[in-house]
Amino acid sequence: MSDTTRLSLVEAARVVAHRDFRAILFSRAFLFFLLGPLFPIIVGTLAGGIGGQVQRDATTRLVAVAMADSDAQAMIAARERLAPRVGAALPELAATASAEAPADILREPGRNYAAVVSGSPDAPALTAPQEAIDAWSGPIAMIAAEARTRAPSAFPEVAERPVATSVAAQRTDRIRTAQAGQLILFLLMMLLAGMVLSNLVEEKANKVIEVLAAAIPMDAVFLGKLVAMLGVSFVGIAVWALAGGTIGLLAGSALPHLPEPALGWPLFVALGIVYFAMGYLLLGSLFLTIGGMAATVREVQTLSMPVTMAQLLVFFLAASSITRPGSPMELFAAAFPLSSPFAMLARAAQSDALWPHALALAWQALCVFLFVRVGATIFHRRVMKSGKGGRAIKGHVGGAAPAAGITEKHSA
Amino acid sequence: MLTETGTVTRAQAASSRPLAIEARALVKRFDGTLAVDGVDIAVPEGAIYGILGPNGAGKTTTLRMLLGIIDPDEGVRRVFGNDRPHEVAKLIGYLPEERGLYPAMKCDDAIAFMGALRGLPLAEGKARGREMLESYGLGHAVDRQIRQLSKGMAQTVQLLGTLVHRPRLVVFDEPFSGLDAINQGKLEGMIRDLAAAGTTVIFSTHVIHHAERLCDEVAIIAGGKVPYAGSVDAARDRIPAQVRLETRRSEGAWRSALPADARHDAKAEGSHFWYFPVPDSGIEAMLKQLIEGDSGILSLSIERAGLHDAFVEIAGAAAARALAEDNGQGAAR
Repeated sequence: MSDTTRLSLVEAARVVAHRDFRAILFSRAFLFFLLGPLFPIIVGTLAGGIGGQVQRDATTRLVAVAMADSDAQAMIAARERLAPRVGAALPELAATASAEAPADILREPGRNYAAVVSGSPDAPALTAPQEAIDAWSGPIAMIAAEARTRAPSAFPEVAERPVATSVAAQRTDRIRTAQAGQLILFLLMMLLAGMVLSNLVEEKANKVIEVLAAAIPMDAVFLGKLVAMLGVSFVGIAVWALAGGTIGLLAGSALPHLPEPALGWPLFVALGIVYFAMGYLLLGSLFLTIGGMAATVREVQTLSMPVTMAQLLVFFLAASSITRPGSPMELFAAAFPLSSPFAMLARAAQSDALWPHALALAWQALCVFLFVRVGATIFHRRVMKSGKGGRAIKGHVGGAAPAAGITEKHSA
Repeated sequence: MLTETGTVTRAQAASSRPLAIEARALVKRFDGTLAVDGVDIAVPEGAIYGILGPNGAGKTTTLRMLLGIIDPDEGVRRVFGNDRPHEVAKLIGYLPEERGLYPAMKCDDAIAFMGALRGLPLAEGKARGREMLESYGLGHAVDRQIRQLSKGMAQTVQLLGTLVHRPRLVVFDEPFSGLDAINQGKLEGMIRDLAAAGTTVIFSTHVIHHAERLCDEVAIIAGGKVPYAGSVDAARDRIPAQVRLETRRSEGAWRSALPADARHDAKAEGSHFWYFPVPDSGIEAMLKQLIEGDSGILSLSIERAGLHDAFVEIAGAAAARALAEDNGQGAAR
């Protein structure tokens, strides 16, 4: 602490941040916070498993072959020969001994055919709903053509000459990396920045806000709270990353297979961390101001919905311009403070130029400063005022006006 | 400065010192409503200064402006000569009316945190907090969370947090609010000790007795205005001392010695009370006439006006009624 008559802004913010950080980290609720992402993963896995099962049960690729035995065997053999070359484009085939009409075969209970092919390889007929006919008539014709040739087709050997990438492939790949980066950044922001909304409600509810406001500037309170929440977020991310990495290693693939970003992985990850911090501080300062206006937790909950929608809008702004680097839309997304971290992270994946990042970070830091300043001023003006104690005395000017924040209470 | 008896009163001594707080023509409006209307206050260093007025009079708003929690719309305020109170925050301790502590914090941590906000290193604040808790009989509660304390204990913890960094100026907003008689007595003692050690103490109250017992100077505030600011003695001296005379007889030539506006109150047969201000010519000549006129003097006393009378005189009957109501509500609570 400096030897002056007041704390500097940084010192004052550090006192607030230190208290908030410890208070959150050493609370029981923090454990639930850490476990938070586990629930959507479990729900997602369960929903995915159930959905996949239903999908498998609901759709089938099995086509019945209602032909003479020799023709049926020829069709099945032809399909086996084509399968290594054509793969998933071909349906599964099963010979059916049924002498019934194809339409009746499709209606037979207990069977699950997508279509029935009848006739002969020379004149195949496909019986099925129109969508199945559209899907399978081509592959069935190919199989029938192969079945008609008594000798197996001789497929020419295709010489393979692989290259590392093409310009088009590289661009497409890096867009994938940019998208993944933006998505992770957005998910973390959505998960973590919302916590800031309710941050000042505690101080207002337990009246600590007046003690803080009397001792240090409101800017320091705002900054301290934001830094504390950012610290808590980093602890959470570190724990989740560690857990995810461990699970990935155990599963045999530690990292998702994403193409390398233009700036390389180390710099991309470092920029991702810095952009997360900047985005968090920008969005957090906005949330802190909005949340500071709320008088109760219920009001904060009501506010959280439009705030989440606003987050989505910002994300869509950045995501929509990802494929058009240098376009006016992309430049706007990079310049608009709230979407800037998202847009610039996408740039880091697609372009190896470093100077735009230096410029963007300086701009974002300036915006953080301005947002905190404006937020603290609004809070100071709107909330920090005397309140309901005002009972006008006859013959005198009345008491103070009602206010949402600090109130002058009747007490003795 | 010497009085007639050769002693220097605290108020007189304080008035010769530099000002800890100076406010000139402070004005504050909330949503167009005038909450504070041209308040002037001057608090000398080392003084005990009271801001006396009913709830809603503008006491808290005035204190908040003095501390820099809110800014005045008009006027200037200086704390230790600085017009930005946060610039001298390390020299100030503040106990708001609505007590506020983090419920999950331990007592010593809460005190250390309040000290840290005023520039005291956390470790030192924690050590001092433990010492203070011990000396105030709360040693057993050092490691308890605030939420586990009684209201009175939590108030004491916040009071200690206000003082842990050894401020030169302490501002209390309604400090006696919510305290029982014993703790009110303790707090009065603490305020006197602080002043004796050279600390300036300024507090707001709607209880006249606290101001009368403790303060060197008071500002009487009502409806956002300060009709009087000065020493308690000078406030009381604004009303002439009252004579309370009891006579056996009600009539006689001696009656002409009494002022024409003397109030008469016959309590019982042979007991008549007379109330009137001490005449400008003094009491001796009148007393001689009463004795010679055989009025049958049973008792005679000269009563100096109290701060309550001064408050009624200065702030008006409406403000005095409001103050009485507040005190009644306080007593009921």
